[in-house]
Amino acid sequence: MTGTTSVQVARLRTNIARRKLWDLLFALLGILALAIGILTIAVLFADMLINGWERLHPEFFTHFPSRRAAQAGILSAWVGSVLVMLVTAAVAVPLGVAAGIWLEEYAPHHWLTDVIEININNLAGVPSIIYGLLALGLFVYAFDLGQSIRTAGLTLGLLILPIVIVATREAIRAIPQVIREGAYALGATRWQTVKHHILPYSLPGILTGVIIGMARAIGETAPIITIGALTFIAFLPPAPVTAAAPFISFEWLQAPFTVMPIQIFNWTSRPEAAFQANAAAAGVVLIAMTLAMNGLAIWLRYRLRKNIKW
Amino acid sequence: MNDTPCGIASLPIKAEVKDFNFYYGSFQAIKNVNMPLCDKKVTALIGPSGCGKSTLLRSFNRMHDLYSGNRYEGEIVLHPDRTNLLDPRVDPIEVRMRLSMVFQKPNPFPKSIYENVIYGQRVRGVNKRSLLDDKVEQALTQAALWNEVKHRLHDMAFTLSGGQQQRLCIARALATEPEILLFDEPTSALDPIATASIEELIQELKEQVTILIVTHNMQQAARVSDFTAYMYLGELIEFGYTDEIFIKPRDKRTEDYITGRFG
Repeated sequence: MTGTTSVQVARLRTNIARRKLWDLLFALLGILALAIGILTIAVLFADMLINGWERLHPEFFTHFPSRRAAQAGILSAWVGSVLVMLVTAAVAVPLGVAAGIWLEEYAPHHWLTDVIEININNLAGVPSIIYGLLALGLFVYAFDLGQSIRTAGLTLGLLILPIVIVATREAIRAIPQVIREGAYALGATRWQTVKHHILPYSLPGILTGVIIGMARAIGETAPIITIGALTFIAFLPPAPVTAAAPFISFEWLQAPFTVMPIQIFNWTSRPEAAFQANAAAAGVVLIAMTLAMNGLAIWLRYRLRKNIKW
Repeated sequence: MNDTPCGIASLPIKAEVKDFNFYYGSFQAIKNVNMPLCDKKVTALIGPSGCGKSTLLRSFNRMHDLYSGNRYEGEIVLHPDRTNLLDPRVDPIEVRMRLSMVFQKPNPFPKSIYENVIYGQRVRGVNKRSLLDDKVEQALTQAALWNEVKHRLHDMAFTLSGGQQQRLCIARALATEPEILLFDEPTSALDPIATASIEELIQELKEQVTILIVTHNMQQAARVSDFTAYMYLGELIEFGYTDEIFIKPRDKRTEDYITGRFG
């Protein structure tokens, strides 16, 4: 201890340098892995942006698809996507949040709830085409809901239901047990605890899960094609607001429709280069929609979490 | 009102634990405990970790009902109406409306100071602004917090210091006018100055309410309590006046614990 020589110190330093070499190697490997992932996506997106750039003018958003590439637009597709998303949210949010709350706050813990839990996790991994087949048999044929916006919304709602349930459960689990006990100790009922505490405190997490689920649903193509969405549609669904009483109409729910990914798929399968540019431009719009939703999720989470701390 | 003598003392009684056993699944955490709680006195539960003192405290307000697999045997009788708090026919919500609890770590809700204090009233459906305002002032005054927070009642509770948060939780517990106030190691997460202020507060509160406190800190038990119960491995080893327990314990195991030979 007392007589550490300069030779020993030098040996110590060589030893440290040798071990830290591995640190450096792993850091480089990590950066490389990250770069491959990010660069690939960046190149793909840049290529799409370059190809589609010329088509991204206002008329592109206000024109229906057309046989002439230069006049074709995505009006019916983006309106269809937005309307289908509304139905998707209306289906998935109440069902998913209620199921998640029940599983966390009400369900007894025994084998049946374990089975349900395993199945929900499995559902999240079911290929989306299977949901399309299910919807075709159930919603289109058995319930006769038609190849409509409501069928598409129901299908995508089911598709993202497991995502919403899992996000709800995780958000609820992040609430410390002492907060629950604090509410119960003051004489709160289970529902009061849920309404005053569990729901408000898990809301940021639930919203994030819902929006991430929606961002996935908006890009889904396979189940929508399976239920028979049109690939060429040159009219809009009936407006939800009408001039005459009762001023609100739900006819649009039964309208035929198309959505962004189907429009893109349709244009990609055309031989003309001009349609490829349209597809690229629509792809940029779809990615922008997805990014905007994710951005909204991050912003909402940040805003709401500021007031929740334990 | 109530002249049942309180165990060893000839004081009015507030509650009595009778032939009490408690099981977590098949594990028996509390074995045949009998003890009184004297009215408007402080009773301390002491003992080494895992002795069952917190389990006993949490039985008083039926916290164990929140989790499956827990089982009570015996009675905890609340005076003067002699309701058995453990009776399955007695709704745990009723029990928790009569007894309040302060937890080990301050657990204010992520809401305003005001909303925290009147949460018990909200639960009961009281929404009249003037009633709630009075309640907030009264409870915060009782908890010695009013002067510090009266100008910022609508700030979030987590902006308070740890000691203030715990006094807020005491105010929240007092606002429902409980018959018994349960403290589960209320100062274990606090610094010495905050601890001293909570202990002082407990001394003041016993004028108004019966107090049962679990503590790891024997000096705290000696300072704040009138009666002390020493528990070990789920059994009540000794119960008596705090002075007597600390000066001349009757049981060797109590003596070993309070002299610091183990625990």
